[in-house]
Amino acid sequence: MFTQIFFGYCALMIISSGILAISLRNPVHCVLMVLVLFFHMAGLYLTLNAEFLAAVQIIVYAGAILVLYLFVLFLVSLREELNLDAFVPSAWLGRIIAVGLAGGLLFVIPSFILGEKGVWSMSAIKELTHTKALGQEMYSTYLLPFEIAGLILLIALIGGLVLARREANIPLEPEAPEESQTCGHPNRKEVSL
Amino acid sequence: MTILLMLVQIIVLFVLVMLHVAYATYFERKIIGHMQVRLGPMQVGWHGLLQPIADGIKSFFKEDIIPEQADRPTFMAAPIICLVAMMTSLAVLPFAKGWVLADINIGLLFIFAMSSLASYGVVLAGWASNSKFSFLGGLRSMAQVISYEIAMGLSLVGVMLMSGSLNLTQIVEAQGNSILGMYLLPQCIGFFVFFISMLAETNRVPFDLPEAETELVSGYCTEYSGMRYAIFFMAEYIGMMVMAAIGTVCFLGGWNGPFAVPFFPPLWFLLKIYLFMFIFIWIRATLPRYRYDQLMDLGWKLLIPLALVNIVVTACLKAMIG
Repeated sequence: MFTQIFFGYCALMIISSGILAISLRNPVHCVLMVLVLFFHMAGLYLTLNAEFLAAVQIIVYAGAILVLYLFVLFLVSLREELNLDAFVPSAWLGRIIAVGLAGGLLFVIPSFILGEKGVWSMSAIKELTHTKALGQEMYSTYLLPFEIAGLILLIALIGGLVLARREANIPLEPEAPEESQTCGHPNRKEVSL
Repeated sequence: MTILLMLVQIIVLFVLVMLHVAYATYFERKIIGHMQVRLGPMQVGWHGLLQPIADGIKSFFKEDIIPEQADRPTFMAAPIICLVAMMTSLAVLPFAKGWVLADINIGLLFIFAMSSLASYGVVLAGWASNSKFSFLGGLRSMAQVISYEIAMGLSLVGVMLMSGSLNLTQIVEAQGNSILGMYLLPQCIGFFVFFISMLAETNRVPFDLPEAETELVSGYCTEYSGMRYAIFFMAEYIGMMVMAAIGTVCFLGGWNGPFAVPFFPPLWFLLKIYLFMFIFIWIRATLPRYRYDQLMDLGWKLLIPLALVNIVVTACLKAMIG
């Protein structure tokens, strides 16, 4: 009973904060909505007894990635809003397509079948704790995919380093004329960092 | 019934922690005062003992100023985010055997998650006040917290490896009852890294660049006043206490002491926490502030590599012996 109410609450919050995240005007408020969304996703993981995943969700997504987004938002100049032409010319045509897509999704839901149960039962995970169970599986059964994922991340990291690094003998470009930045704040007077 | 009992425990912990915060400020002013050959607060009560209460009442009744150009909802939410994140991590701290509100399996990770949430409060406060000083303070704090969180997380991996658990109670129990069992000696590199990143995480001297008075007025909380400023203050002191508690649990053997204390088992735990708090204050009274690039160099070029070496060495030793 409690689990179901909790699930309903989390699902509602995830959907509403998701919608707010794409509809709010101020990018920093959007990032905050995504933060709320991540927290409720972590809550959902908790109902599934995946406490390690819940903690990592918050530490990695909320604690690292979103903070970097905030950093970029603060430092990138956002003086005027970008207005792009709509992909679908008429708003009503777009709404009809959206309703059609939603109907299609609802239509295929009944054909969803639960997958086979894994070797790990709920009680086994509870006894060993989720962290240990995850570690054992990852470093034995799924060692190769894990290593491949690690290698891909390493390549991305080295790529980032190479891109960010400036050659020592190339002189620095002359300083660009002082650019004013608004730091994502609608009312902010122009600040030059 | 269990819910009611839980509520009572939460309220007791809340009140005690608030008192702790109030008297930690007194403790700090007294110690710094004596270190600088002054007396510190003396006027309110015997040796100024009622000073923190007077301060609390004063900040409660002060005018709450919100700058006109500030982003109101974010400005009001920022201190609360800070305080809530810090208070939540209190729930998993084991004050003594069985004296813990939520004995969860991922206690250590939970504290990391909450401390990373607290940095949002600081960053948003800096951004929402719409002032250059605040904004720079917020940016500095964000960069600092991200960098040092990595070092801190890595420095505790050695402890996790040795105890084989993330549960704070089990980490304490894995260290046994003797002074040799404490992870302070086998994990001395980890402790070194942890201690420095602990200072940086809590924005204390010598890493208090986000609120460097000489450069940024008061950093991210420049525009705050009255109760909202006091909330930031409380969050900072609770943060210090939580970090001191992690240090105690992970390196100093938690609630274990030379002999068991009847009636009040958390005594040793509290003494160790206050030892950490004293060192915090001692450092504040002694050391000058770092420069920003020095701070980043120290974090990325010294602490993180050291912590990584510590992980490899600990894992190898554990594989050979255990």
